[in-house]
Amino acid sequence: MEETTKRELVLHVNGERRSIVARQAETLLFVLRDGLGLTGAKPGCLNGDCGACTVLVDGTPIKSCMMLAIETVGKEITTIEGLDDAPIQHAFVRHFSFQCGYCTPGFIMNAHALIERHPNADEAAIQEWLESNICRCTSYQEIEAAVKEVLEAKKAAPTDP
Amino acid sequence: MVPFDFAYYRPQSIAEATALFTALERDGKRPLYYGGGTEIITLSRLNLVRTAAVIDIKAIPECRTLDVGNDSLVLGAALSLTELEEANLFPLLTKAAREVADRTARNQITLGGNICGQIFYRETALPLFVAEADVIIAGPYGIRQCRFNDWFHQQLQLGRGEFVVQFKVDRAATALPHFHRKRRKQGEVGYPLVTIAALKKDGTVRVALSGVCPFPFRSAEVEAHVNDRSRPVGERIQAAVDAFPRPILHDIEGSADYRLFVAAQLLEDMLRELGDGETV
Ligand SMILES: Cc1cc2nc3c(=O)[nH]c(=O)nc-3n(C[C@H](O)[C@H](O)[C@H](O)COP(=O)(O)OP(=O)(O)OC[C@H]3O[C@@H](n4cnc5c(N)ncnc54)[C@H](O)[C@@H]3O)c2cc1C
Repeated sequence: MEETTKRELVLHVNGERRSIVARQAETLLFVLRDGLGLTGAKPGCLNGDCGACTVLVDGTPIKSCMMLAIETVGKEITTIEGLDDAPIQHAFVRHFSFQCGYCTPGFIMNAHALIERHPNADEAAIQEWLESNICRCTSYQEIEAAVKEVLEAKKAAPTDP
Repeated sequence: MVPFDFAYYRPQSIAEATALFTALERDGKRPLYYGGGTEIITLSRLNLVRTAAVIDIKAIPECRTLDVGNDSLVLGAALSLTELEEANLFPLLTKAAREVADRTARNQITLGGNICGQIFYRETALPLFVAEADVIIAGPYGIRQCRFNDWFHQQLQLGRGEFVVQFKVDRAATALPHFHRKRRKQGEVGYPLVTIAALKKDGTVRVALSGVCPFPFRSAEVEAHVNDRSRPVGERIQAAVDAFPRPILHDIEGSADYRLFVAAQLLEDMLRELGDGETV
């Protein structure tokens, strides 16, 4: 049978084709950070609880500490480095939705997906989605305000992203 | 981070998956079937899981089925909990699924993984117990369909090399009056103190619980007490709680006494909501 250890993987990250040799057992988080130098996704609990490592895989938020890099071959990965002036980034700045900033990339990726997928998200949906991420400086209210502002703006100008 | 190496396989068919398992097992790799991978990865980091090969079942079409037939609903074991919620074809299962972990984690956690995992709450088993679902299991000796309740004793009794392909639920059962409640120690995300799921069919309540014992259960004795209309509701509930299997969980999330207290309250809420609590 095929031997374990390393394999060449071709990943599509932030619109670029990146090839990398990685262990088959390596998590997406580790490959992004240590293999590709994309350190935006943060290692937090490494246990699927905190959400600091959230990235998008085909537009869906995923905790990259508990997905293997090899599973994402053929899929489109978006990290915080791949967001370019997304409305939620500006809203975070306007509302000062962070203190230390460690959890911020994870929150932004999750919130960005919510806004893209569910522009009509109601209060319950916003809460359900945001519960996937933990902020220890407790900027929760400011984060929620930022998300709501972007959703409102999107509703007011539906064609303008 | 996984502190050891394993090989990753992604078979395209059931036959390929079981053949791979047999070959890898023969080579001493102790293979694991891989659904969402969330438990395999997180427990590997803690050295609570060890394997030299994983067999991802997400590319097997049967494991990804979501099909509404005339009589039954077929749910592939590799559907994510989010996919089940969004399809919402079995409302009681939707309610159970959306209380597991958190939204982002549910994009990855699969139905089969939740039911077959080591983390013993296995909350999506509850709707399958009370709907009397069938389970379709594949293994080196072929495919079998059996009653989920007959093969689940604390955990699903799978033979070496077997994996769950699908669950089949009677469509009539998916439309029955139901009740679901999850109580945690605190907050809206986390493991249960007690989770209860119930259906009412032909005037009889079927009920299943997680979080009370280190395994989810449905018990004929418990249900007999719950449905014994010759006695006042308070007595029925007390007798039901006394008949719970043992041991009762007693840990940092909640003492055994507190869990039983919460379970009794939830049984009362259940009877009231299902229109059976006239003398509460
Ligand atoms: C952050 C987090 C929070 C959680 N919260 C809850 C909760 O609130 N309630 C709850 O009930 N659970 C909870 N869990 C437990 C979770 O549901 C299980 O760990 C589940 O196993 C994860 O599913 P998976 O598809 O990722 O499994 P995997 O990691 O792929 O597999 C887990 C185990 O199941 C086996 N397996 C997977 N699919 C199959 C199949 N089709 N047939 C046979 N065996 C199979 C694997 O071999 C492995 O042993 C939580 C887990 C995490 C990571």
